[in-house]
Amino acid sequence: MVVGVLALQGDFAEHCAICQSLDVHHIEVRTVKDLAKVDRLILPGGESTTISKLLKINGFDTAIMERVNTGMPIYGTCAGAILLATSIDNDESIETLKLLNVQIERNAYGTQLNSFHAEIEIQGVKDPIKVAFIRAPRITHIGVSVDVLASHNGDPILVKQGKILAGTFHPEVTNTTEIHKLFLEL
Amino acid sequence: MEAHNTLGQDFAKMFKGGVIMDVMNPEQARIAEDAGACAVMALERIPSDIREQGGVARMSDPKMIAAIQAAVTIPVMAKVRIGHTAEARILEELAVDYIDESEVLTPADPFKHIDKKLFKVPFVCGATNLGEALRRIQEGAAMIRTKGEPGTGNVVEAVRHMRLIQEEIASLEEMDNGQLANFAIKERITVDALERVREARRLPVVTFVAGGIATPADAALLMGMGAEGVFVGSGIFRSDNPAERAKAIVRATTHFADPAVLLEVSTDLGGAMPGLEIPVLETRMQDRGW
Repeated sequence: MVVGVLALQGDFAEHCAICQSLDVHHIEVRTVKDLAKVDRLILPGGESTTISKLLKINGFDTAIMERVNTGMPIYGTCAGAILLATSIDNDESIETLKLLNVQIERNAYGTQLNSFHAEIEIQGVKDPIKVAFIRAPRITHIGVSVDVLASHNGDPILVKQGKILAGTFHPEVTNTTEIHKLFLEL
Repeated sequence: MEAHNTLGQDFAKMFKGGVIMDVMNPEQARIAEDAGACAVMALERIPSDIREQGGVARMSDPKMIAAIQAAVTIPVMAKVRIGHTAEARILEELAVDYIDESEVLTPADPFKHIDKKLFKVPFVCGATNLGEALRRIQEGAAMIRTKGEPGTGNVVEAVRHMRLIQEEIASLEEMDNGQLANFAIKERITVDALERVREARRLPVVTFVAGGIATPADAALLMGMGAEGVFVGSGIFRSDNPAERAKAIVRATTHFADPAVLLEVSTDLGGAMPGLEIPVLETRMQDRGW
């Protein structure tokens, strides 16, 4: 199995490091050609406006939709979760992939001064884990066939729909491997 | 390490592989955002204007920064003078996402940089070599960039600083404990910090390049050397076609190792900023800071 980490912009190196620590074969995905070589894909954290533009220029928008619609598991963190959503409440300028049946709000907690760490409990994971919310988005509407795997202060923060996993936080910067393990089991 | 400092360091990881662009008004900020900038640096005068006009360069009017915060959804950074703690408090109150304690502005304190650990907002600082980078990190900087030579459109100093930092990191491996201790004393940093760099073979924070980057090829050159992202100051809005150049530099930063993309984005871009040779400069901004 080869895990691809979308490497257009953002903290793809941190996701690669988690894959490395789990001893999972992984490659950086910069072109549609690279995408053809992978069995799963991680959309990292980063700036969602930047990544969405680079997705389109490189033809990834249709290529990723085709792969996910034919069963490829995909996991988005923060910016990656925004890109998977059906729509963004407070920004119409970003074209999302519309693969995950949720609505999401960008920078929902405010500027960097409002970024925070939290201990979260996840369905199917034994111990609470420490993760970072960095200028994080908030999932504002959950559509049909979407399961909530974790919440924080009443907001869903980790959701799953079939083989699509999305989280509004960053397990990759606190060296947390639990979420990646969940993803690898999808 | 304070939690907010760690959050600032982790926030910097989200900029990686991206381009942070200097903008002087909301219209430029929107051009930068549309081009795919991962953040903007709000300032009243870009470095090349500061060079031409002279005078004391200070923190920008908060009204101008607030207008840019309102115009875009990407992170907004702003600059304060070296050592100017009060300017930094004002920008923190304004809730900018990052503060650049910058040599582009006229220094305010001839002895000390800002004690950045006292702030919740994260700081990025410039460095010309390993010791300077580690002094800034010791003071609480959550991100480092090369100083280069701002406002020149001349990439040579950014390359120099990137190489110096890398060569000095590599040289730590050859040092015995005595040599390491001497290096730490000379550079006014802790041995512990040096040991951690030796172990990790890199700086402990995200490291961008800045100062003189004017073309997509400049960005690719530095990314190929191991830079984690790029600041472009005067290079975009002093060029003939800022929107196209901004997009080209964004793509070149992502696809720095793909010559076909670099050829495509470098072709027919219009004129780059004029640029200056380093020996003729009246002010070397990289020499500011201690």
